Amino acid sequence: MVNTYGTIQFMAKPSIASTGVVVGPVEKESSFAEEFDEILPLENEKDETFERANTRFIEKACEVTIRKAHEQMENIDVFIGGDLINQLSPTNFAARQLSIPFLGVFSACASSMESVILGSLLLESGNARSVIAGASSHHPAVERQFRYPLEYGSQKPGTAQWTVTAAGYALLQKQAKNAPIITHATIGRVVDGGQTDPLHMGAAMAPAARDTIERHLTNTNSRMADYDVIMTGDLGKIGLSILKEMFQDEDSGVILQDAGAQFYGEKSFYNAGASGAGCSAAVFFSYVYNQLKNGVFNRVLLVATGALLSPLTFQQGETIPCIAHAIECRMEKRG
Amino acid sequence: MEQKQFDKIVDQQTPKTPLFVNMLKAFLVGGIICTIGQLITFFYIRFFPFTERTAANPTVATMVFIAMILTGTGLYKKISQIGGAGSAVPVTGFGNAVISASIEHKPEGYVLGIGGNMFKLAGSVIVFGVVSAFFVALIKTILVKLGVVSW
Repeated sequence: MVNTYGTIQFMAKPSIASTGVVVGPVEKESSFAEEFDEILPLENEKDETFERANTRFIEKACEVTIRKAHEQMENIDVFIGGDLINQLSPTNFAARQLSIPFLGVFSACASSMESVILGSLLLESGNARSVIAGASSHHPAVERQFRYPLEYGSQKPGTAQWTVTAAGYALLQKQAKNAPIITHATIGRVVDGGQTDPLHMGAAMAPAARDTIERHLTNTNSRMADYDVIMTGDLGKIGLSILKEMFQDEDSGVILQDAGAQFYGEKSFYNAGASGAGCSAAVFFSYVYNQLKNGVFNRVLLVATGALLSPLTFQQGETIPCIAHAIECRMEKRG
Repeated sequence: MEQKQFDKIVDQQTPKTPLFVNMLKAFLVGGIICTIGQLITFFYIRFFPFTERTAANPTVATMVFIAMILTGTGLYKKISQIGGAGSAVPVTGFGNAVISASIEHKPEGYVLGIGGNMFKLAGSVIVFGVVSAFFVALIKTILVKLGVVSW
């Protein structure tokens, strides 16, 4: 079978056997707080750097994932993950501890779905039996790299988003029992909407999300109404309304949702909502995954969105190119 | 989708910055900070042998010290979210920039971390402050020489 236009159809039924989501203290306020596996009381322990804390969150999320599936760490064939810190050092360092063959990926906040797509391909090709895939972000570590020092007083506009502290990982196995199956995936294109404001990522990422969703629907011969939910990663409230406006589909109003927009509910402190690689990973692998398992959702499209900027490119006046990777999950009827 | 059409959507969906309210808040917050500074100046003139001209230095030092405590306790960024430029422009904003960068880079060591990054944000304030001070002094010198104004 030849796959075209970036959409992959999986025949081997790769499935999400278990998930693990570990979040920081701020995320206790999240609307999804009850769905997370663990909420740690501190962003970082005493004498621990933020980057080191990010590593610990990843290790913990992987352990939770594997424990929930009653698996052993040494039985995992490949570990695929990404984060937002330079050179992926938190994930690389976690891989040192986990000692599983490792692939580091980066597509900013879309890394979660890129990992899952690559993991599913490994299962599909028969080159792996168990893959652990996901992504993470750590608020203070990301903030200091991309923006200003944490305690620096800069006024955030209403379009700004709050990078979450969260690590979300999933164990992918072929035909796991009573688990959602990944049926399709669409690899994103790098799309540039000409946006330059790094504090308005929703507007920058919306065109990438639209491109991926549109291609996925076309390539799989589906309509929006066929899905229970099409959830984007971290467009935020404003980004989501831009995306809805771009679609002008009568179903887009209800079906299109955004993890970042819902993450902190209506609290105005977080402005337009949540963002970060951990945002999509945390929500997809907790709330959406549980809804699939409980049979509330039967068919969902998960679209993680990533802004591929760096502090350097922004200062050099470049526009913000973005990418969105999507996976389609289905829960087969039990019985 | 056309770029123009997309730009229009972004424009429509993005909430407008409440310029007037922001300016009012900046005025109030900046005004309060400056009033405190003025009170400290009076304090130094009244209780110490400082004149109106020389009291500026200890005042600035005291204001930066207060900014340091507010930054360390996480209060300064909360004030800044309300005050915007009103809390960034006074010398407390300069103190906040220096101190926040110092706290941030402590894990990278005292020399390369704190020493190397302390003026990461405040460096441009110093550079352009010195440059503009030079030009203002130059203009005034010329005006004095021409007899338009006196020192």
